[in-house]
Amino acid sequence: MQASETPPIIKIDQVSKFFGEFQALKDVSLDVRLGEKVVVCGPSGSGKSTLIRCINHLEHHEAGTIVVDGIELDGGRKSLNAIRSKVGMVFQQFNLFPHLTVLDNLMLGPVRARKMSKSDARDLAMHYLGRVHIPEQAEKFPKQLSGGQQQRVAIARSLCMEPRIMLFDEPTSALDPEMINEVLDVMAELAASGMTMICVTHEMGFAKRVADQMVFMDHGEMVEAADPETFFSAPESARCRDFLEKILHH
Amino acid sequence: MRKILFGLCAALILSGCSANWGWYVVNPATPAGLSNLQFLLSGLYYTVLLSFTAIAISIVVGLLIALPGLSSKKSLRSMNRVYVEAVRAVPILVLILWVYYGMPQMTGLAISVFWAGVIALALSDSAFEAEIFRAGIQSINRGQYEAAHSIALSYSDTMRFVILPQAIRRILPALGNQLVYMLKMSSLVSVIGMQELTRKANELVVTEYRPLEIYTILVLEYLVLILIVSAMVRWLERRMQANEYQ
Repeated sequence: MQASETPPIIKIDQVSKFFGEFQALKDVSLDVRLGEKVVVCGPSGSGKSTLIRCINHLEHHEAGTIVVDGIELDGGRKSLNAIRSKVGMVFQQFNLFPHLTVLDNLMLGPVRARKMSKSDARDLAMHYLGRVHIPEQAEKFPKQLSGGQQQRVAIARSLCMEPRIMLFDEPTSALDPEMINEVLDVMAELAASGMTMICVTHEMGFAKRVADQMVFMDHGEMVEAADPETFFSAPESARCRDFLEKILHH
Repeated sequence: MRKILFGLCAALILSGCSANWGWYVVNPATPAGLSNLQFLLSGLYYTVLLSFTAIAISIVVGLLIALPGLSSKKSLRSMNRVYVEAVRAVPILVLILWVYYGMPQMTGLAISVFWAGVIALALSDSAFEAEIFRAGIQSINRGQYEAAHSIALSYSDTMRFVILPQAIRRILPALGNQLVYMLKMSSLVSVIGMQELTRKANELVVTEYRPLEIYTILVLEYLVLILIVSAMVRWLERRMQANEYQ
């Protein structure tokens, strides 16, 4: 796909973020175009989660600008509310609401935030539960499901907001190995449907399958950004080569 | 539980046989005893009404006080601290006297014994409820807020549909404690003339001169009342637990 022809839907420019004295992000810039899939990798503590958490304003950046779908994240209420419903997020720990059934988990956002009627929300929820292949679990509680199923519910919950962008924060890191693929398959299907995605993950097989752009971060810096072919075959920096060496041949 | 009750009753009956006791004063078989017993039990209505009204109010007020205590703004947090520390420091009896005798002078409005009792108990308890709610809400994982944020829920919707239902489940035992505590503290409202269980017993003692029997009945009244309430709270706890896991 000719990514350069479409304007960026996410524009991150010179963003810095501090936790007290510690600088989690150092002048990070990244453009993501509509429909593009970006995979972010790097060692733990490199700032990759912080970066995507800044995009839906779970973290507040101190310097630089982030523009999502034409709205600048300036820390104000208005931009915050406008962006939250455009950006879906899937967490490492699923973060499903344990006191609600799967169906209620999915319907809460559409009913309360999007002001949909209950019956419309139910239809929408069942549609997306079908998309993640677990419509039969609708009446169960999260704790009755396996980790992989819970993460697929979490993906469906985000999709029910019909976001323009989906963020994935290490979605398979808390899963038992045999459940990783069922989640990655759902993510790959979502990618194939044209969703704009930013995924923080160490699943390099998945990255090779879907990524349009690979990003490597270390110590809060964006060390390398390239198309997957270049990224995997000829990484420029030594740090990135070292990292790939470790996770590809362990 | 059953064994304790049984033992207590057995002890009472046995000791009641000795010459020192005069159970005739509340013996339902005699007309005078029956009317005395009815007189004592008639206080139950106000004890229950007062306690439940006060706890209902204190839960609402407690929650409203707890929320600013969880804010990231320091000024809101210190408002919460000041309220909790100040109210917690006043003994309930003192608060009852102040609300009944002091407040009308200040506001110029006369206040009934019942509402003075409700206000004093609710005020005093609200500080404790606020701390219970704060602890309960703080125990909820940050990920729940982040998930609510990511599906664009407002602050009030996040609290109402995500955080509070989970927090209340966790603090239910503590809330049950407060309800029991309230039932007991309601006896203090007898000092301003509230016609609840303790007041009724005091009045009967003055006319019948049988404090041992009458106060024993009073003890049993509170015991049975509170055991019933405890059982209700436990039933509620079980039901809520079942809801989550099914």
